[in-house]
Amino acid sequence: MKKFWCLFFIFWPLVAALSFIVAPARGWWFPGPAASPLGSQIDDLFYLILVIVSVTFVLVMAAMGYAVWRASHNTEKSNFTHGSHSLEVIWTIVPAGILLFIALYQLDVWAQYRVKGRFPKGVLTAPIAEVTARQFEWRMRYPAPDRKFANEADVQKWLRQPEPGDLHSVNDLHVPTGTPVLIYLRTQDVQHSFFVPMLRVKQDAVPGLVIPVWFEAINEAKNVNPQLQGVVHEWVCAELCGWGHYKMKARVVSQPAPVFRKYLADLQREELDDGAKGAAPVAVVPGRDADLSVAGKQPVGGQPAVNE
Amino acid sequence: MSTLNPASQPALVDHAHAHGHHHTQSFISKYVFSTDHKVIGIQFLFTTLLMLMVGGALALGVRWQLAFPWESMPIFGKVFAKDGGQISPDFYTMLFTMHATVMIFLVIIPVLAGAFGNFLIPLQIGADDMAFPVLNMLSYWFMWPAIFCFGMSFHAEGGAAAAGWTSYPVLAGLKEAAPGSGAGQTWWLVGVTFAGVSSMMGSINYMTTIINMRAPGMTLFRMPLTIWSMFITAILQSFALPVLTAAGFMQLFDREFGFCFFRPAGLIINNAAPTIGGGQTLLWQHLFWFYSHPAVYIMLLPAMGMVSDMLACMCRKPIFGYKPMVYSMAAIAGLGFIVWGHHMFTSGMNPALGMTFMISTIMIALPSAIKTFNWIGTIWGGRIQFNTITLNCLGFVAMFVVGGLSGIFMAAVPVDIYIHDTYFIVAHFHYVLFGATLFGVFGGIHFWFPKMFGRMMNDTVGKIHFVLSFIGFNCTFFPMHLLGVAGMPRRYADPYMHPYLEHLLPMNQFMTISAIVMGFAQFLLLGNFLISIFVGPKCGRNPWHANGLEWSAPSPPGHGNFDVPPVCYRGPYEYSSPLAGDEDYLMQTKYLPPAERKKEADAHFHAEHDV
Repeated sequence: MKKFWCLFFIFWPLVAALSFIVAPARGWWFPGPAASPLGSQIDDLFYLILVIVSVTFVLVMAAMGYAVWRASHNTEKSNFTHGSHSLEVIWTIVPAGILLFIALYQLDVWAQYRVKGRFPKGVLTAPIAEVTARQFEWRMRYPAPDRKFANEADVQKWLRQPEPGDLHSVNDLHVPTGTPVLIYLRTQDVQHSFFVPMLRVKQDAVPGLVIPVWFEAINEAKNVNPQLQGVVHEWVCAELCGWGHYKMKARVVSQPAPVFRKYLADLQREELDDGAKGAAPVAVVPGRDADLSVAGKQPVGGQPAVNE
Repeated sequence: MSTLNPASQPALVDHAHAHGHHHTQSFISKYVFSTDHKVIGIQFLFTTLLMLMVGGALALGVRWQLAFPWESMPIFGKVFAKDGGQISPDFYTMLFTMHATVMIFLVIIPVLAGAFGNFLIPLQIGADDMAFPVLNMLSYWFMWPAIFCFGMSFHAEGGAAAAGWTSYPVLAGLKEAAPGSGAGQTWWLVGVTFAGVSSMMGSINYMTTIINMRAPGMTLFRMPLTIWSMFITAILQSFALPVLTAAGFMQLFDREFGFCFFRPAGLIINNAAPTIGGGQTLLWQHLFWFYSHPAVYIMLLPAMGMVSDMLACMCRKPIFGYKPMVYSMAAIAGLGFIVWGHHMFTSGMNPALGMTFMISTIMIALPSAIKTFNWIGTIWGGRIQFNTITLNCLGFVAMFVVGGLSGIFMAAVPVDIYIHDTYFIVAHFHYVLFGATLFGVFGGIHFWFPKMFGRMMNDTVGKIHFVLSFIGFNCTFFPMHLLGVAGMPRRYADPYMHPYLEHLLPMNQFMTISAIVMGFAQFLLLGNFLISIFVGPKCGRNPWHANGLEWSAPSPPGHGNFDVPPVCYRGPYEYSSPLAGDEDYLMQTKYLPPAERKKEADAHFHAEHDV
């Protein structure tokens, strides 16, 4: 029976280690390699920790298993000791060093991801879209294709108030591939979270805040959807937002820049279509035609629409 | 009693004796509204075991939906769910919210601090009762309003609270936001407040008792680690809990009286009028986690202490590194106050906070590691006895290692960007709170049962219970790590509508079947527990040949605990001491003649200074 119990405890770490080895092959692993450069760095950090942790786990379990094995075959009185000062020092300093290394090694990727000063150059003043979460969908507002932002204050102005040339879509965010893009994330009602597993990006949408999120999608040829000429990244909500939390299903489509521009142009044509045959789409100059028909679109963030 | 002069002992024995005869109490004051810490502890134990089954049933509801989405659930679904047993999405959100609520506020916190804390503190420090017996009684009876409120939550219009146990506003803060955010959420907030009041009464009592009522000779560094852990937990509890209570009232005022602590202006929820206010939802997260992260240690430290006691006894060996064990518990508690932000890495708070909270969080793994090494050091060179208690303790250590190591992933903030709010987190905290704490509690029940009822529990049934629970537990929760890496978010009623998660259904079915096995295995524990109270073989004062003061009292101890007021001569872990002669234990109360004591002191000096 002693043997049984010793083996019982040694068996489980083996199963655990084994399961991590077979998991990737069975699909119980990341949904594909990261489709963004920062995502790859996150994956690397994950694997680094996985290696450190696995080695630690196996060593600790082996030590425990061996200690139990020895202790179960001991027929003498136990070894009467209250501890060892030098051992305590060793197993305080060594893990402290390893842990501190892990902590400091993470800082750079985090800074790139979240610290505005480390964002890719120019990305803050060239937002691809404003993404607004609501129960239970995502709403996109792209600036008009020819809208240029002079500075951050200009972006803030655009965020405060919808502009007539803005383009809208639901649950479908298109971004150009191969270049850092930035969205401004907000919510119209409760808290949500922007989570695109393949891009390894997650950010809560917090009531009352507008949070910039940047990412860069790299298209891998084998994943390209021929119809869209881009890669579809599934996009879900990661913060409980009510009964329909699970069904905030959306997608991020990363396309080559020309295809992306065509997508926006199509979207614009669709939005400005007034049904008149053969009429060319009207170019909208932001700020001038404030009373255009797009006022029917829901204003975002709860501010009353300017409708003179 | 701490000021007792040992010289006056004989007089006291007479007094205690006479004392016992004066107390003929009615049934109600003896077993119901009792001020006796042992009765209160046992009341807590019964209540929490009952609630464990309730929380487990709720968990099985969650698991059922994940394995067999939208299919009617047998038995439980028929009773609770609408529409012929099918779990609707809002019912699902309610299930996991109430599962967490019941398990945290009605099982884990009260079973550790309430049941074991109450039962063990006076016995292990050699006091005749708690410092404030009436307060102690109230701390138990304030649990029931909490249970009542959580129960009423289920009957509220729209169903029970369904915004997660974290109750993030605005979802929980606005009645229109979700069906469960109506009256159900109000009941929930009131219930949590009552549970908090109950804990607070206990904490004040524990601190006072431990500081003031130790038996003669019971210096701080002769206290069993259980007492240290209860002491540190009580301090944590009393400094963290007021923040949660205040936050709860703030949310209550937001909801009921139109305050706007957590409510920004201009939100349009379910087509209601835009909200008015200028509040911050992140404020709630900060306040909530300022309590709820230390609460994680409130839910763990006492189990660590108890396992240290049991492991030393079952290995017949002094605990390895007693003082490092104490200091690391204190370090966990201290650091525990400055790590709450790791729950908020993706919340949009200042990124500089993300960095500082990451470093403090990763460093809290250090005292945990030290404790683990010391437990292994305790086993090393011991003479281990494989009974239910040992197995549960080894289970505790093994599961704690898994839970601790998986915590490093989410403490590392860039990695947390990906695994935050996925099943990886669910795996992690179940390994700590269930894998570690509950196995510690199972061990504790078997270990102190003889002291509670004067009888032994059945060891064979205990072992079967352990094996089934341990296998069931690992098969349920280990795969959750993999689900998390696969990107499966938490709190999804139907993850399989997302193509990238479709293939995870068979694994979820396997986990659910394991969870059912584990759930039903708990009936073995309950059966063993209840039947042994009446038919278990009777035991003497010290069935485990342990050292603590509690083992010098009769089993079960009478009113006033000790027939001979104990005097403590040494630390609690002098197992296999060469001074013990033929025995392999040396009780804290055992008197040795001066010459022997000199040897003991020398040996201790050598051990301390590593000579």
